Amino acid sequence: MVSRLGFLGVIARLFMWVFLLGLAVVVLYPLLWMALNGFKTNAELFGNPFALPVDWSFENYRKAWNRGVSNYLTTSVLVTVTSTIATVFVSAWAAYGLTRVNIPFSKAITSVILGGLMLAPTVALVPLVKMFQAMGLYNSFWALLILYTAFRVPFTTFLIRAYMLDLPREVDEAADVDGAGRWTAFWRIILPMCKPIITSTILLHILFAWNEYLFAMVFTSGSGVQTLPVGLTSLMSKHGTDFPVVFAGMVIAAVPVVLLFFFGQRYIVKGLADGIGK
Amino acid sequence: MRTIFRRAPFQRALGLAWVIPALALVGVFVYLPLVQNFGFSTLKWDIYSGSQEYVGLGNYRKLIEDPVFWSSFGNNLLYAVVSIAFQVFGALLLAALVESIRSERWRRGLRAIYFIPSAISLTVAGLLFYFVYEPNLGLLNHALEAVGLGRFGQSWLGQGDTAMLAIIAMSQWQGFGYSTLLFAVAIQRIPSEIYGAAAIDGTGPIRRFVHVTVPLVREMTGLMMMVTISGAFQVFNEVMVMTGGGPDNSTQVLGTWLYRSGFVRNNFGYAAAIATVLFVITLGIAMAQLWVTRRRRVEW
Repeated sequence: MVSRLGFLGVIARLFMWVFLLGLAVVVLYPLLWMALNGFKTNAELFGNPFALPVDWSFENYRKAWNRGVSNYLTTSVLVTVTSTIATVFVSAWAAYGLTRVNIPFSKAITSVILGGLMLAPTVALVPLVKMFQAMGLYNSFWALLILYTAFRVPFTTFLIRAYMLDLPREVDEAADVDGAGRWTAFWRIILPMCKPIITSTILLHILFAWNEYLFAMVFTSGSGVQTLPVGLTSLMSKHGTDFPVVFAGMVIAAVPVVLLFFFGQRYIVKGLADGIGK
Repeated sequence: MRTIFRRAPFQRALGLAWVIPALALVGVFVYLPLVQNFGFSTLKWDIYSGSQEYVGLGNYRKLIEDPVFWSSFGNNLLYAVVSIAFQVFGALLLAALVESIRSERWRRGLRAIYFIPSAISLTVAGLLFYFVYEPNLGLLNHALEAVGLGRFGQSWLGQGDTAMLAIIAMSQWQGFGYSTLLFAVAIQRIPSEIYGAAAIDGTGPIRRFVHVTVPLVREMTGLMMMVTISGAFQVFNEVMVMTGGGPDNSTQVLGTWLYRSGFVRNNFGYAAAIATVLFVITLGIAMAQLWVTRRRRVEW
């Protein structure tokens, strides 16, 4: 193969590989640096930045954990899990109703729900704060659960709906013949058939909820309800120059989603690709 | 047949139960605030004392005269332009390069590596680059020194003329893998016979890219542009984490200026007016996106 490329072709290939691998280094090196800094002392951190940690101790991780990261992590897990469940169920119900049940105004309802995709959270910020203050839910876990669900239902419904539209009609007819009600047909037949897209939406919602910052920052202030992204910034501002502890906290926040991406890559890519232009 | 007919209207209405939770959530928490926002933007409103005064279009008039509003808008625009260069055109080129690799394992590996920064949060990426740009312990200044360019070392986030570009550069690092991945998917969907035909014609890789790849992923390019511009106008997280809009408001974007006007300077009516501007911009882009999607797809 190489011989067919000729001399110029070989040079071009070589340049391409240098470029592609160089880019991989530009991506990976800062991440590696972050991970290594989590093991350094403050003195080492201000020394040679390319050096390896002298003593591989988990002291910074322990400190980070005790300075609030355990709370932030618990809140993040709780908000992520509950809002994922709520979003996926509400969206799957809506998608089912819009594609496989004969309901009135179904076109208009589809436009309203999917139209939510066009609206930026920033735009709604001021009224939402007033609304949640009036409901007494400001600075609470509920604020994040509700907002993460409401603002992700359009996107999640969009994905599940597109998938359900492609399922054959005969499936519903078979369910009718069996005398299964709508409710049973949804749980026993349609939902299991949608497993691939449900997996995609679950993973994408986890990535979203774990990383979300705007709502988390505006709607929570106490350390009992702060999620990791907001917690990290307060870890940074509260503890002055003990930077290795901040690095440890960053690693704790980053590792779960990186692992999630590697194990769920296929579903995440499928969800992202369908989400942008189907 | 007759029984079905008689029960139909009631049955159909009952079916609404499937969509009511979604409708209620989206209606109350997504649409209602949007409508309220227009009303709030006509008030002079102190949230702590609770005092509200109707000022009509006063907030919008102030907006037009506010230099920080315009510099914020300019920063969003700069964000959009740079992101289109790197995350749309750069990513398309990069995706084509990656997809030209023969080994499936390398293709997959590189795509995954490039995507990692998009999986971690903007908060972590922003904090990480806060330290990368830090003048004393930062990676960037030390790296410049190591290759003999130490004189270019500076406090990247600490001065107005480099801070915004430094934040935008971080954002390219964080986001290019996401668009590269999506372009790669689009390229994979091009039937291999088309490339086969191009190879038989003796078309070189550059011409193949220009005459086959680019036209056939046109729809994805259009969509990525809309998504990128829309994202550039909603920037908030990275600016908040890295500079908070400083130094001297030089890195303020519409999102952070809205936050600061409302939540720090306690001027919620003014914040609502900025939100209205953001609404008009993002809705306009979304409409353009719809138009792109609705156009007929390229026929193979």
